[in-house]
Amino acid sequence: MAKAETLSSSSAPLLSVQTLGRSFRLGGGGLFQPVRSLQALQGVSFELQAGRSLGVVGESGSGKSTLARLVMALDTPSQGQVLFRGQDLHRLPAQQLQALRRDFQMVFQDPYGSLDPRQRVLQIVTEPLQVLPDPQTGHRASRAEMHERAGQALADVGLRTADLDKYPHEFSGGQRQRIAIARALITRPALIVADEPVSALDVSVQAQVLNLMMDLQARYGLSYLLVSHDLAVINLMCDDVIVLQAGQVVEQGPAAAILHRPEHPYTRALLQAVPGQARTLSFPTEATP
Amino acid sequence: MKPAPDLAPGREAVPHAPLLRVRSLQVELPTARGWARAIRDLSLDLDRGQTLGLIGESGCGKSLTALALMGLLPGQARVSGSVQLQGQELLDLPEPAWCRLRGARMAMVFQEPMTALNPVHTIGRQIAEPLQLHLGLDAAAARARALALLERVQLPRARERLDAYPHELSGGQRQRVMISIALACGPQLLIADEPTTALDVTVQKEVLDLIGQLVREDGMGLLLISHDLGLMRDRVDRVMVMYGGARVEQAATGDLFARPSHPYTRGLLAARVRLGLARGQRLQTIAGHVPELVDLPAGCTFADRCPQARTVCAQQVPPWQDLPGPTGLAVSGPAMAHALACPYSEPAVREMQDGQS
Repeated sequence: MAKAETLSSSSAPLLSVQTLGRSFRLGGGGLFQPVRSLQALQGVSFELQAGRSLGVVGESGSGKSTLARLVMALDTPSQGQVLFRGQDLHRLPAQQLQALRRDFQMVFQDPYGSLDPRQRVLQIVTEPLQVLPDPQTGHRASRAEMHERAGQALADVGLRTADLDKYPHEFSGGQRQRIAIARALITRPALIVADEPVSALDVSVQAQVLNLMMDLQARYGLSYLLVSHDLAVINLMCDDVIVLQAGQVVEQGPAAAILHRPEHPYTRALLQAVPGQARTLSFPTEATP
Repeated sequence: MKPAPDLAPGREAVPHAPLLRVRSLQVELPTARGWARAIRDLSLDLDRGQTLGLIGESGCGKSLTALALMGLLPGQARVSGSVQLQGQELLDLPEPAWCRLRGARMAMVFQEPMTALNPVHTIGRQIAEPLQLHLGLDAAAARARALALLERVQLPRARERLDAYPHELSGGQRQRVMISIALACGPQLLIADEPTTALDVTVQKEVLDLIGQLVREDGMGLLLISHDLGLMRDRVDRVMVMYGGARVEQAATGDLFARPSHPYTRGLLAARVRLGLARGQRLQTIAGHVPELVDLPAGCTFADRCPQARTVCAQQVPPWQDLPGPTGLAVSGPAMAHALACPYSEPAVREMQDGQS
């Protein structure tokens, strides 16, 4: 693994997704029935440089979450490749993939459903360390080391070491999302895939969590692949954006350009539908209020 | 669709009384740690043809207010104060009387259309049920009326959909069905609790357009509950901001956004993620956490998070008073005054006005 890291030059992308596709079989395929399938994702290609953030925008069923799962190697593509530091995640031997997983972690939408209610914060946050051995030493961290790393991760997200002994139910939604971020941070990943990380949170809590995510990016040079339906969040957090509709990329490029001068009608429709923000849009809209 | 007072049950209504009049509503709920004061001293007025938004974050009491108005609070809840619908006091009504009211004179649209609809009954049957129950229609007439309602909420292929089950519809279509059920008996008050939170933005816009259109056509009063400030700005005449189970500010919508005056309202508006922000710009936050309803401070519930708090704030409940100055952008009517529960916000308001002029 370490070799691959040194090989990759500074201009090589951290993540490169090439003509990625995923179809799901819906049934059929009997003697006289044709196979029915759903193309959830088709021909998606993009690159993400280290330290930058890419937003993935689209509505329900557009393939956003399918893309996130493929990038996290939680699902297998039907076509195309996901290259992380030049290595095809879906062709790597299981053990190497497992070792590489330390470098890309995920934060989920629901801070209530994504933390095991029966585990203490210490167990939750150190889970990636328990599962994934250290690539340098090849063995798992000691208890003392885990405790220290967990305390550091909690400090990074603005929680206290004393919180390690508590259970998820003792925390608010925003604090739980901080715990989920601490869990993702503990292996010091280069990439965090965040699927709607703030959409379940209140306005003032959203602001805290987004500020935290920006601070962590500045501190650790993280890259985010941020899946969101909220264009204002994408605008704040992302350098580049891809817009997905029915599994295909309809628009792709720098976030500032796309959100201010959308070319595709679907992107325009998404922007116009954002409540309370029609008046902040600079591009000409058909329906003038 | 003109409401038919002769058909509508519960004719106890006083003719010229306001549609909804809430005074000093107080709701307490039992918890493991004692009684939680979930709603404190809430008063509001809503007339026919008016739209009022209740806004606030989780636990501020906005959804509980809706449940209290609909008589749907859990049985152990302690409720006091007054809720009048067209002059008729509702809080002391027995359950059978509530059942005659709900769906008939007041109706509610919930956040999650999938769980609010019964998965084992057809759409047609679920719309027909209140028609048969409240209006005494027979099955055939109820079905015909159900079809008319589905057409009114612009559900495509309405006739086929009468025999469809909820899982066969998309989220937006299910919410249209929920709205048709709410409207079935021609209610005068419609309460919509986060009606579009679970929907995609483009579908959200369609559903809110539909609710707005129906409310205007029928001259209903609309109480719209949401955490989404942008949505409020587009959809209601008046907004009431809630925090810690109490109202903190109320104004005509344009006025509230132009001169947010309670420190909490200002914090909330400043914390919003908006499209106009620059990449990486830090968001303003409100320090601290939402208070525990079980042990609220004696005074202002926002005091411990308030950048302008004085010693007295934690000790005395702040008075509810009108904001001095023009009420400017009010649409009409006396209920448009800009009022708030903070006596110390004046200087900041003046500052903001100066900044604008």
